[in-house]
Amino acid sequence: MKLTLPAPDRFSIAGKTATPDERAEIVVIGAGPAGCAAAIEAAKAGAQVVLIDENPVAPGLIGMDVPLQYGGRATPAVQTPERLVERVLEANPALGEAFELGVDVRLSTYAWGAWVNGPGLRGLATGIIGLADETRSWTLGFDRLILATGARDLNLSFAGSDQPGVMGAQALHALIARYGAFAGRRLAILGTGSLALDAAELALAHGLEVAALVEAREAGVGDPARLAALAAQGVEIIAGHVPLAAEGGPDGVTGLVLANIAAPERHRHIDCDTVCLAIGAVPVIELFDVLGAKRTLVTERGGHVPVVGADGGTSLAEVFAAGDCTGLGSDAVEAGGAAARAALRSLGRPAEAELPRLVPPGPDALAYQLDWARALLSTGGPEVLACICEDVTRGELLAVQPPRYLGWSSNAIARRDLGTLAEDGPLDQDQIKRLTRACMGACQARRCREQVALMMALGAGVPAQSIPLAGYRAPVRPLPLSVLADADEPAAMAENWNVWFGIVTQWISYDDIGTEREAEQLRAGMPY
Amino acid sequence: MAKSGSSVVVVGGGVTGLSAAWWLARSGVEVTVLEKGIVGFEASGRNGGGCTHYQSPLFHEEQRLWPQMDELLGYPTEHRSGRIVFQVDERKANFHEGLAMRIPAGYAWEVLDGKQVRERVPLAGDNAISGVQLHFGGHANPQRTSQAYAWAAQDHGARIRQHVAVRGFEMAGGRVSAVETSQGRFGCDALVIAAGPQTGQLAAMLGHHLPMAPARAEMIVTEPLPLMPMGGVDGHGLYGRQTLRGNLAYGGGPHEWYDDIALESPPPRPSGSVLRGLAKRVAELLPRAAHARVIRSWAGVIENTPDGRPVIERLSSPDNVTLATMSSVGFGLSPASGHAIRDLVVDGVCSFADLSKLSLARFAELSPDWRRELNWLPPETAAASQGASR
Repeated sequence: MKLTLPAPDRFSIAGKTATPDERAEIVVIGAGPAGCAAAIEAAKAGAQVVLIDENPVAPGLIGMDVPLQYGGRATPAVQTPERLVERVLEANPALGEAFELGVDVRLSTYAWGAWVNGPGLRGLATGIIGLADETRSWTLGFDRLILATGARDLNLSFAGSDQPGVMGAQALHALIARYGAFAGRRLAILGTGSLALDAAELALAHGLEVAALVEAREAGVGDPARLAALAAQGVEIIAGHVPLAAEGGPDGVTGLVLANIAAPERHRHIDCDTVCLAIGAVPVIELFDVLGAKRTLVTERGGHVPVVGADGGTSLAEVFAAGDCTGLGSDAVEAGGAAARAALRSLGRPAEAELPRLVPPGPDALAYQLDWARALLSTGGPEVLACICEDVTRGELLAVQPPRYLGWSSNAIARRDLGTLAEDGPLDQDQIKRLTRACMGACQARRCREQVALMMALGAGVPAQSIPLAGYRAPVRPLPLSVLADADEPAAMAENWNVWFGIVTQWISYDDIGTEREAEQLRAGMPY
Repeated sequence: MAKSGSSVVVVGGGVTGLSAAWWLARSGVEVTVLEKGIVGFEASGRNGGGCTHYQSPLFHEEQRLWPQMDELLGYPTEHRSGRIVFQVDERKANFHEGLAMRIPAGYAWEVLDGKQVRERVPLAGDNAISGVQLHFGGHANPQRTSQAYAWAAQDHGARIRQHVAVRGFEMAGGRVSAVETSQGRFGCDALVIAAGPQTGQLAAMLGHHLPMAPARAEMIVTEPLPLMPMGGVDGHGLYGRQTLRGNLAYGGGPHEWYDDIALESPPPRPSGSVLRGLAKRVAELLPRAAHARVIRSWAGVIENTPDGRPVIERLSSPDNVTLATMSSVGFGLSPASGHAIRDLVVDGVCSFADLSKLSLARFAELSPDWRRELNWLPPETAAASQGASR
């Protein structure tokens, strides 16, 4: 049979990658202590620096718990992000210093993707960041990228935790210290580690009431002196307990019911309008994952983190990192400076190779989180939501049930669960995600990624370390189609866009192959 | 020929291999699937979910089987029937004329004007100019369907071995007698290679040249929106659907060709290079969804043969081997491709369709330089090409 081949391909990505809308020598993402230190260091060395931070984020995203779990406890002040900018500058003098040094500071700007030339992206001539504000998106090319994206809140859910008033410790810090926009009065704080102690001390210092610190383990895990100081100020330390349910009304939480882990029928009640989750923080590694940087699990640093050298270098030559996103507990300012110097050196600019001091690792965060998750599962049971956006209960997750909206039941599927799936090979969260939809929601799994992994480990009886991270993909912020849409698409893209590969021979009806009708269809080209 | 009680090894746990395993297992054949990663984790689980392939010799069987698949498998596929394709670009207003040349007789479809499109597609806008509604075809959930095949095959006694990479084949008496893998040796009476982009490398181990090139393609997905009466809606250079959850999931646009990919590890699949182009077109196709937030993108790696057509063939030597590549269009046809493979393995011939034009023999005279001639090469980086010109 005669072979008919298509015309040479004009529909591939080759030649269609647009030049970035703007360029910078060094781009720093995240204007916290590490990012500001990096930007300042680089600017002092004479580099052209752009410093990007998404805060203050739009009110809509605060409502969606992006990037932190605000839990509906922000005051109306967050409705006007422009006014919050002043507060951001007041709270962070380093930002002003960076600005004075000529750093191009961009606040309320989302970095939703980042790419460098590498496997699968061979056409990129330069590193590129996808940026957006509320109305449009654009691209920024860079020579070097320093990620200082910090940490976000770890959420572990319990009955009623999907109502206003249940929030994260990082969000609490942002609303109190950064924005002065916290709407709660009386808190119950979950956890007794340093994150929980910080939250309690901050709240008390701002005149708020802290009813209790709740601890799943049998005793408080943080600094005994600080715990004692809190107790002396009337904060009850309730160990051996976990939340059973948050009680609520029209404005959200009104109280918290605790279960005694050793005797789950015994409950305690706390009056509070806010429950602050301070069990852990999660390094924000979304952009590292989109970039394809190597990562590793370091439980003493908070979880999955990029592989980073002492100077902040990652597995990608163009990308450096500093601060909490590389693992919790580093000296952010020193690490920011070191990452900037390493980036400068890699550009051939003179900079000393002074490394940040090593901070000893913290306690095993994963073991602690697993203790909490185990206690929450054993006391709260299978009806509690594991994924809020997609309405997936723990029980449905453990049974690997298809989503309820399919209305599906069969004997075959009833025989399947996490255990049977584990018999076919190591569990993978991305697989569970697609089968149960847990972590597939609009929050992009910021509220459930970690707890679903913990529940999977508990359900299948496998080590929590064995569950691979559910991958992050662009856009790492939920942005509207109309914002992401490329308004200035390159002409080469517009003219050579095909629905699939544009292989015209692929779509000839089989019966027509080798007949006159084949030639007729080849002449007509693709129907659409 | 493989008979009941003999053993078949299927290399590749994508939809094609899994469907073949399911068809074989329900025919009483002892079957083992070897998958280097997780079932359905490559392109099989990462595609538009379309089930409307009227170009294929498997089309009639595809259309016959899909409405029964949930029941046959015992697990949900999320299959829904029907499809609307419409356009918003004046230059494509008469695209239905091209379709008329291609859709086989006996399948009902109608041409729609812009107003009719808006009536049937609530998220469409004033820019809709023309469309077609197909009263056949449809869409399903790729990952759920892949897992359904795997589970249903297991229910019929098949063994699914994940994280097993194939390294070679053992021959005895001119036939493949065993598969050598990272997890040891698997003896077999017959072999099916349905390993997507790796099929060519595996065929080469048996002395056959199956030309193919891998490439990466992307999709985006939005947050859920209220369900439209019909989810199988696309057009304007996009393929995809509204999922039963309500998300808009669409792909299309430029692909990136790869050099050959590794046999034992997942291929790199970054996403983002077409994301903004996809967002633009989804917002143009469905303007009433322009506010919807994009929450993910993903990429998958698929292979194409030089003419973009499948190879589905029982080899004459070794005569117990069946090769199958669907050439980038595998998901929707999988109920039928599995059936065809089962027939080839068990009976030596497909019972329901002529597949002779999909034989490997058509590439016998292919130029060794075909990838360059077809311009199916990875992009050169601008930096590299600048360097070359200096």
